[in-house]
Order: sequence, then structure tokens, then C-alpha cells
Amino acid sequence: MDARRMSRAVPRVRQVGFFTPNTPVQQPRPQSAAPSSESPPLSDSPASNSLSPVMIPPPRHLSDNLGGRTAAVPVPGRENSGELPTVGSYNPSESVLWLDSPPRSRIGDEELSEGAESSLGWYRRSNSAKFASSLPSGGFNLSTVKHPESVAAVEAKNPLPGKSEAQKEQASSSKPLKAKTTKAERRALQESQRAAKAASKAEANKSGTAGEAPSSKPMKQPPLKKDGPPVASSIAASERIGVDRSVEKERKKDLPPPRKQFDDESRGGRAKRRSVLNQPEARNRVELFRHLPPHKNGTQLPYLQSKFFELQEKHPAVYKVGLQYLAGDLSGGNARCIAMLQAFQEAIRDYSTPPEKTLSRDLTSKIGGFVSFLIECRPLSMSMGNAIRFLKSRIARLPLTLSESEAKTTLCSDIDRFINEKIVLADKVILRHAATKIRDGDVLLTYGSSCVVEMILLYAHELGKQFRVVVVDSHPMLEGQKLLRRLVVKGLSCIYTQLNAISYVMHEVTRVFLGASSIFSNGTVYSMVGTASVAMVAHAFRVPVLVCCEAYKFHERVQLDSICFNELGDPDAISKVPGRVDVNFLDNLTDKQKENLELLNLKYDATPSDYISVIVTDYGMIPPTSVPVIVREYRKEYLLI
Amino acid sequence: MDFQVVVLAGGNSKNLTPLVSKELPKPLLPVANCPVLNYVLHQLEQSNLKDLIVVVEGEDAALLVGAWISGTFIDRLHVEIAAVPEDIGTAGALRAISHHLTAKDILVVSGDLVSDVPPGALAATHRRHDAAVTTMLCSIPVSGPLESGSSGGKDKAKKLGRYNIIGLDPSKQFLLHIATGAEIEKDARISKRILHAVGQMEMRSDLMDAHMYAFKRSVLQEVLDVKDTFQSLKEDVLPYLVRSQLKSEALLNRTPQGEENSNEKVSSQNNQAFISRILANASTPSFHGIYSENPDGSSSTRKTHKCCVYIASSSSYCVRLNSIQAFMDINRDVTGDADHLLSPNNIIGPSPKLGTKTTVGPNCRLGEGSEMGDKCQVKRSIIGRHCRIGSHVKVVNSVVMNHVTIGDGCIIQGSVICSNVQLQERVELKDCQVGAGFVVTAGSEYKAESLAKKEK
Repeated sequence: MDARRMSRAVPRVRQVGFFTPNTPVQQPRPQSAAPSSESPPLSDSPASNSLSPVMIPPPRHLSDNLGGRTAAVPVPGRENSGELPTVGSYNPSESVLWLDSPPRSRIGDEELSEGAESSLGWYRRSNSAKFASSLPSGGFNLSTVKHPESVAAVEAKNPLPGKSEAQKEQASSSKPLKAKTTKAERRALQESQRAAKAASKAEANKSGTAGEAPSSKPMKQPPLKKDGPPVASSIAASERIGVDRSVEKERKKDLPPPRKQFDDESRGGRAKRRSVLNQPEARNRVELFRHLPPHKNGTQLPYLQSKFFELQEKHPAVYKVGLQYLAGDLSGGNARCIAMLQAFQEAIRDYSTPPEKTLSRDLTSKIGGFVSFLIECRPLSMSMGNAIRFLKSRIARLPLTLSESEAKTTLCSDIDRFINEKIVLADKVILRHAATKIRDGDVLLTYGSSCVVEMILLYAHELGKQFRVVVVDSHPMLEGQKLLRRLVVKGLSCIYTQLNAISYVMHEVTRVFLGASSIFSNGTVYSMVGTASVAMVAHAFRVPVLVCCEAYKFHERVQLDSICFNELGDPDAISKVPGRVDVNFLDNLTDKQKENLELLNLKYDATPSDYISVIVTDYGMIPPTSVPVIVREYRKEYLLI
Repeated sequence: MDFQVVVLAGGNSKNLTPLVSKELPKPLLPVANCPVLNYVLHQLEQSNLKDLIVVVEGEDAALLVGAWISGTFIDRLHVEIAAVPEDIGTAGALRAISHHLTAKDILVVSGDLVSDVPPGALAATHRRHDAAVTTMLCSIPVSGPLESGSSGGKDKAKKLGRYNIIGLDPSKQFLLHIATGAEIEKDARISKRILHAVGQMEMRSDLMDAHMYAFKRSVLQEVLDVKDTFQSLKEDVLPYLVRSQLKSEALLNRTPQGEENSNEKVSSQNNQAFISRILANASTPSFHGIYSENPDGSSSTRKTHKCCVYIASSSSYCVRLNSIQAFMDINRDVTGDADHLLSPNNIIGPSPKLGTKTTVGPNCRLGEGSEMGDKCQVKRSIIGRHCRIGSHVKVVNSVVMNHVTIGDGCIIQGSVICSNVQLQERVELKDCQVGAGFVVTAGSEYKAESLAKKEK
């Protein structure tokens, strides 16, 4: 619902953003007034608020106006427009604002500054309030991609005459690339520009309205300037043009070259400071996926290991789990989630509240620290996000009267209960349900190694059903072989093949069983990369596709593609074939040649709900369209448990 | 992090006579004017390990070491000194302090290790694999002439060949075979069972056991209790653990699987099995796991434990001071290539008084309060505190400890001169070790000899 409302709201704002550049310089007023008049209602809608400040531009942008995007950066903050009753409404359009900031800066500063202010204000909010709805753990990482698909949707629906014009104009203006800067840098720039402008305005604009006086605290300015005397401000605007240009030139000069989006999110500075691992330099990463956190491969392992004793505040159990994530010793959604919860359980057991603090608050922040450590080791899966959210809500709900030891036992048993009910029991229920769909003589196809699918196959085998299994696998993980080994050992008859032969084996398959890392509320299945192709081929061959997934992995997010949110694997893993020294064509490239090579190793993909016949979950077998119902109806109970 | 650190500082070492003596036990032997134990403690302190147990052989030595530690690391480290009888070996020493060990894992470090490898790396490897024992291996130092071709005439003892034969699995994470020094005559016995389970073993002889181990406490204590003849960690305990890793008997049944299950206080046994199966399936099985699996896939009646290795990168410095040769090498390296090892607190004091036309070359270290006469030459040498050196003295590739008096016209090459030694005029020493308090008479010449007071 939210998403839909938002998609309606956003385009309007966008149009405003795109249209302004086309307006003649002489009359910025009417145009700029437009947004303010219509934005207030929008700003109140929660939907627009929840859009992330750093939107991941949809793919189209990357290709056609990359330059524009990077040119965006530090939106020059003018003092006069600090107002913003409309903070929220501008956020969605922020990337757009950035897009055409160069032309706009010539026109009306109010607009721009408004964009800047709103973005700042927004950042602030995102830190505090926003988390209620986003994953508590995820911090920025998750919140940034919170509604990516809604962005995409907006893009798709956006009527684009204005936009294309804007782009053309932009192209013609051919601004040199500029990088987005971190929040701190932007802030500094803003201050300096404000000072410069104040000086120029002091002479030019004596009638200057009260609100235009430079203020050190932009956010707090009275929300009125916008509608202040248009004449005065337009004069001021024209006065300012000269200043702005020079400032802009300066800015261009001292800006660093474009950086990856992952780095210049507002969290950049803070995350860096907090981070345990140093961020690997992202070389040769595919342009389209630069917004994703770079893979932390084995090179980080020794570094983290050597700091073993320095990280005293990380509980050993958490540390161990983090190491296992990083080293790839532990994979698979359920296993990672269980390992994490058990580590937290141990940490809670060893926890004692420091003096002058309350358990619920201190423990929450402590868990938050653990979580951010784990995220650094490897991005969390949705299911883990749900589990963390559960744990935090449990902590928050602890009655204050509880003694520390009681509280700890309560939490530990809560965690146990979560593991038992949401994973173990859920899996058992799924087994039962799924087994009813297996008949004698079936040929079942599965992809990769999903623990619940494996259990289903073994369970059905124990029930004495006669069926064959096709295990489809893919490089570079080759997880299917692990599954294959366990199945063959148990006496199932299996066929093993690689993903590229899928269309040949699909003829004889009667059912496809897939696991999932997460299922979104539009029914999109987020799972190991390759799943989408399997589902698509199965769909084309009219083979039913059953996705087996515990309900705790459902997520209210809506996602349409696998670009906005994904995880990058080790790029070297795909350039090398283990055990085949003869296939080493990529090995001895020179550094210069390597510059032309970008390796992409994605971990997940999104399967559209069209290809899914049924989702087998602990609440029964449901069509993909019912996922939002489960999310909505059981969310409360699930948080209450 | 639930680690306890035991520093095995040793006491009198036979290998190092005449350098060590009752007054100067091995842990206090100065390396670049700073006791060797300092390097280990400094390294541990850097890693934020502040609670240590230092085990010293012999009561007297323990007193000396204790006094030094409390003087140097006062209120920086919390150190317990444990004195154990001499000649009970490293395993014996651990056995003696076994009741002090309470943490989940024990980090055992030899006190004579001069290294810049962070102990955390070893500990992290140990934890990650949930191993019974993890040992640190480093490449064998290139002893002998490095850049200094003239340093010739090193101790011949190094030719004894301290070979290690070390077998690793293909991923270089597990230790499959270890045989040290004396055991190797002609043939190495390798367990067929292990070879079968792993399929491929890499034999290395260019690695050295750095004598830094992480043990799981339960395993260590049981081994020490049951095998009470074990003397040495390196030669008895470690090879035993490695040999028995696939058939750890009842003895070691509290190893990986056991520990893991105890973490999971899941109400029903059934669920517990379920969870551990999920976890086990998710992780990449090591050969231990595969081996312990029964043919029908159910997990296992066979007990295994893991012996892991942490291989220090070849760029890091890691040498044990266990021979006179090593002593010379370390002195040279610490002032030269590996000078980052010197903890800041022993940078040279106020510079000594030098006579006219006296030259001090690079890679030298002069202690405070030393005086040198005219026209002396010092190259690649270390001179301790309060030494008095006459005129026309040449010191090359040597170590001169504290309070040494050297007469005019002496020539010292490749030698170690201990504290309070008096060299009278025109003594020539080449590749000698002069024990503490010795007096070398005027005009004498020695070559490759060990001089010490015999008055005991």
C-alpha cells in the first residue's frame, strides 16, 4: 500500500524538478512556488518520508545520464530557504534535483537550497525516526534500499517529456563530472557558500527579509521564506548568480573524482569510523553495481584475525560467527540466522548491565554493535534482519521490573523459541505440506543447495515415495554438490547437471522445488543467483515451481529487480576455475589489460512472482499474491510471539 | 575473549651457555639492550592481552624475572609469575600450573620468541575452526650472512639442522603431520588413516614451529593428565594430538561436536539434532567432518578433533632465541631489518661519550653511559650500558653487554661479551663468547672459543 501511494506522490514532485530548468531565468518565481504550494500535503504522507535520501538510481540513469548524476553533489545551500514545511516531499525528488542542479543554480536558489535543506533534514530523520519501519539492524544500509522498487516504478510511470528535455539540456551543458561528497563535505561547502553569499547580499539586498540572514543552523530556520517577497528574493537571486558560478567552479576544482555510490552515502563517514574492517578499494567493479557493498574477500581475514584481541567489546561468540561469515565457512540463510541468534544468546548470557544504565537500552545498543560488526563481515540476509528486529522488540518490551538475570533468561528463552518455532517447527510443517505434492514417479528438480528442500526430499524418501531428483548447480559455489552427496548417500537417485543445461533436463521434470533467501510482499522471490532462470525455464515448460520458504523470511519490502539490492561475491571466484590450471586465460593479464575487465559475481537474483506456482510456507501453501497478507496479518503476532 | 595466556619463559638454557647464568636467566638476556622477554610481553600488550601467567624455571630466576617485570610493566600488565622446578619440560611446566587455567582456550607462548606476528591471528584461527590445538608456523629464518658477507664464522651449531617435517592439507589450514628435529632419522611415519581421509598431503620442511600454540583447555588438561610422561609440548603433546586427530578416543570426547552441542540449550533433543544438522550442512565440511560421517551419512560415532595451523606470512619476522647463533641473528635483525620490533621504551638513552675520530656505523646500538676512547670503530654491533672502551678498539658484528671494560687496542669480531667482563689491552677475539665477569688477560688471542669463569 505504502508503495503504491508513494509512487503516486513522487512523479508529481519529479515533474516539478524537471520542469524548472526549462523555465526562463527571468521568472523563477511562479515555478518555484509551485512545489511549495502542492508539497505540504505530500510531505505529510508517510510514504514519501520513507523514501531514502540516497536513492539508488535505476539502471536507466546509469546508462544515460551518469554524468548528471555525478555532477550532482553538494547542492549549494542558500540560507534563505531553510523553511521546509515540505521536507519530506522533496526527498523523492532529490536525485532529480541533483541531476539538474547545474542549470537550476542559475535560476532560483530557493529551489536548490530547499533541496539541500530537505536532504539534510532528511538525513537527520533517517537516523532517528526512520528505523521504526526499516530494519532496526540494517542501519543505513538497509534503509537506503528500502523502497528501491518503488523508485523504479516511479521511473517507469514517469511521463517523461520533461525529463528527456532536462537530460538533453544537461547533456548540452556538459558539465564536467563531479562527485557526490559526503555529508560532512557538503555541509562545509554549504557553510562557506552561505558566508560568501551573505557578504554579497548584505550590500545588494538591504531590504533582505529576516529569514535571509545567514544562519548557522539552517535546519531551524522559520519555514516561511519561500513565500516571502518574491521581488526581493528574485533580485537577490539575480545578484547571486555571479557568486554562485564562481563558487561552483571552485567546488568543481576541489572535488575529488567521482566515487562509488556505496562510499558517498551519508553513512560514509560514520560507518568508516566505526568499521572494523577497512573497506577494500573497489577496482574493476561493474558500473551498474557499484552501489552495492564491495565483497570483503579473504584478504580481510588476516586483518580481522590480527585484531582478535583488540576487539574486546565484541563477544567471542559473535566474533566467531563474524569470522565464519567472512571466511565463507557458514552459508545458507537458516544456518546463518541460527548461528547469529545463538551467538547473541551467548552474548546475552554473559552480559551484565553497566552501572547507571538500564538493561533494555544498553543491551539494544550492544546488540546493535554486534549486528554492525556482522554486517561488515557479510551483509545480512532479510531473514536475519527479521530475527534481529524480533530480538530488539523483545528487549524493548522487557518489563522494567524484571531483574537482570530474569531478563536475560527471558531473552534467551525467547531466542530459543524463535529458533524452534520460526525455523525448526516451520521447516517440519513445510516438510509435511511439500511432501503431499510429491507423487510416485515424479522427477523433482532443485537448484543449488537449500536446506529445506533437502529435508523435503529426504522426508519424501523416508515416506517411501518413488521419485528421482535433478540437482542443478552453478559456478562458482557449486553448492549443489554438497547436496548431491548427502542425497546420494541416503540412496536417492539423482541427476546432476549445470545450470546451462537446464532446458534439456526440464523436459522430464514434473516439479521444481526451490529454496529462497527471502520473499517480498509483491511475491518476488529473492534467492541464490540462477534461481530466476530455473523458474523461468520451468514456467516456459509449464512445470510447477514450488518455493519452500519459512515465513520468517518474508519481508514487507517490494522489489522488482535484483539490481537495487543484492550482494556481491568474490569477483576472483568466477575468474578462476578451481582445479583447472589449463583454464587460466584470465590469469596473466597485465594491470593495464585488467583495467578493461570488470568482474561481476552476484549472489542473489529476484524471481518474479509470475513464475512461481505456489509458495510452501509454515502457514500452508499459498500463492505468491498472498505473501503480503501473511506479512500483514502475522507480523504483529510475530513480533509479540 | 576468553583466552588465557601462558608465557613459558624458561630459565637456564644449556644452548646458551655461557651467555646465561644464575644472575642472568634466559628471559632477561638482553637483545639489543632489552631483555628478550620484553619482546613477547610487548607484543602481547599490544594485542591487549594484559593478564598473563609467566612460567619461569627455578626459584631464583623467577625472582629475578618477577622483579624485572614488576619494574618494567608496572601497572600496565597484570602478570602472575609461576616458578616451576627445572628440567620438567614445557609440558611439565604447564602441568604444574594446570590448576590455574580456567579459560576456554589457552594461548601458550614461548618467552624466547621474537616476532611481530600478532597473537590474535592465531587465536582467531583457533576459534574459527573450533580446533583442539592451533600452532603457529613461520618460515625458517634465513640465518647466516645476509647482507653482511663478512660476518663469517658463525656458530657451527646451526648446522645441526633443526629440521621440521610438517604435513598440511591442501587448504593449508590443518596440520596432518609433524615431526621435529631429533625424531627424523631416515623415514617419516604418516598415519594411513589421515592420508586416506584427506587424500592429499603437502609436506613442508621450510616451516618452523614458532612455539606459539592455542590449546583448547579441556583437551590440554586431559592430555597432560593422562599422558604424564609427556615432557615437551613440541615433541610430545603436539605430535600426539596431530596423530590422534581422527581417532580421538574417549580421552578427547569433549572436542568440537561436544562443545557445540552444549551451546545449544534447545529444549528437545530432536530439535537440537535438527539445528545442528542445518548448521553442519551449511558449513563447508573439513575432512574431519567427512571422515566422521558414517557411510550412511548419519553423523558419527567417530570422534575427531582439529589441529589447525596459522602460517605467518613470509614478510613477518619470527625467530626463536634458542641458540647462540639465533642470538647473534636476532641482535643483528633487531637493529637492522626488523627494527620495528624494538618497543619504544628502549630507544637509546642519552648518547654516549665518544672520543675523537671514533666512528659508529649503521645498525649499531649504544647503551646509555658508555664511554669510548679515541679512534674506535664500531660496526653492526650492540654495546650495553656503562661500558668503558679504550682507544683504538674495533668492534664488529658483536654484542657487548653492560658494564664491560675494554682495554686499548682490542679487536672484537663476531663475539658476545657478557656483563662485567674485563678485556685488557690488545686482546683479539674472534667468534668467541665470553661469560659474565670473565677477565681476559692482556695480549691474548682467542678464536671460536667459549670463555667463562670456572669458579663454580
